[in-house]
Amino acid sequence: MSGGRSTRSAESSALRWQDLDAGPVLPGETSRRFLTGDWRERRPHLDLDRCVHCLLCWLYCPDSSVLVAGGRVVGIDLDYCKGCGVCAAVCPPSAAAIAMVEEAR
Amino acid sequence: MSPAVVGRRGLTGNDAVALAWRQINPDVVAAYPITPSTQVVERFARYLADGEATTEFVPTESEHSALSACVGASAAGARVMTATSSQGLALMHEVLYIASGLRLPIVMAVATRALSAPLNIHGDHSDAMGSRDAGWIQLYAGTVQEAYDLSILAVRVAERARLPVMVCLDGFTLSHSLEPVLVYADDAVRAFVGEARTSGYRLLDGQDAGPLTVGPLALPDAYMDFRRALAHAMARALEVVAEETAAFNAHFGRALPVHLETSGLEEADGALLLLGSTADAVREALVGTSAGRGGIGLVRLLTFRPFPAEAVRKALSYVARVVVMDRADSLSTLGGPLGIEVRAALYGQAFPPAVTDVVYGLGGRELRPRDLERLRTLFQEAVPGPVYLGVEDG
Repeated sequence: MSGGRSTRSAESSALRWQDLDAGPVLPGETSRRFLTGDWRERRPHLDLDRCVHCLLCWLYCPDSSVLVAGGRVVGIDLDYCKGCGVCAAVCPPSAAAIAMVEEAR
Repeated sequence: MSPAVVGRRGLTGNDAVALAWRQINPDVVAAYPITPSTQVVERFARYLADGEATTEFVPTESEHSALSACVGASAAGARVMTATSSQGLALMHEVLYIASGLRLPIVMAVATRALSAPLNIHGDHSDAMGSRDAGWIQLYAGTVQEAYDLSILAVRVAERARLPVMVCLDGFTLSHSLEPVLVYADDAVRAFVGEARTSGYRLLDGQDAGPLTVGPLALPDAYMDFRRALAHAMARALEVVAEETAAFNAHFGRALPVHLETSGLEEADGALLLLGSTADAVREALVGTSAGRGGIGLVRLLTFRPFPAEAVRKALSYVARVVVMDRADSLSTLGGPLGIEVRAALYGQAFPPAVTDVVYGLGGRELRPRDLERLRTLFQEAVPGPVYLGVEDG
């Protein structure tokens, strides 16, 4: 793991315990700043020519990283995709539009 | 009688807590019934059905859910209460740490009870003691009156300390025993608790604060700072409890002890130290009687978390021996949690009293006259213990 900004708390720079007289509360949607894509060892390779747009991958993706527009899959958001591979696993075998490939290659 | 007092009523401990809740009229109560605390919520639900409170009542399917609902409501700015006992408190355990870590001023009545196994519904302190390191202030009532008083006091303590508070009342001995209680006027109680000073995120007011993340991930660079701040808040809570007790006494014309109550220590060579309602029995039977070289006095703690170490040292500074009565066991071989903490508080003192730890009353076991007599002889033996009172040795 790179140890870059995505592995740290979103708002923790220069935290002093003396200033913490309340629980940890952040503005909403800070997870957008937490780029989990660098956790990934394997990336999904999407072949849009084979995709049948059944949206199973969109439904199953635990990180909302399957990008959809107008009811059709248009790509994968690699800033957040952790490379779990569930999209490739649920992709219908007759389509087989998603293949997991090693990041290192 | 203080003008805040409207009269005397016969109440059980559970009645008294429910009455306090009705007078406080919290925004939210979420609870799941369990013996011996069930009647708190039963009585309170009746008040609601009769239109005597406007609280949003959330009956849940478990104690874990009850406290989770309290956490959500409190984080949204509501004044929140719940009640439980025993296995219910054990099931809440995970959420206890979330409530304190998020610094949510939830008030919980705990009618203290033994933990299974073997299954037992009767009183001891095993349940509350199992939560002693969860970051909750713990106040122990010695009478039904105190269960009522502490339920009102706890609101201000919680909201000023920004910590959740457990008001512990002995299962059955206090929860189900009828006692004449000085009852305060509704207006006096409402004036004392005032407007809720809760999380500061008044999401319930319909103010659009925008989306918030409450309780986000805190990695190694942040987590410990929040825990350090929590420890500081707990240390500072000693002063908060003391100041709010003084304010309570001034407002209601009462004399609720600050952190601990002592009796007969002036003439004493030895002291019994304990929590809760057993104090009445041992005071009646033993305080002022002889324990060899001198008499026996009594120290009863109301505040257990944070631990009032300075007050304990001061109370025990003139006695040679202390018998700590623990109504829970730590199973550490060192006796109960109260005895361990009293010893820790005394460590390093120039002439500390000798401490004997006694584990008694587990699962509602009674203190018989011969058990009280055994307590007296322990002042002469000065063994460290733990002595298990009321079970036959050998």
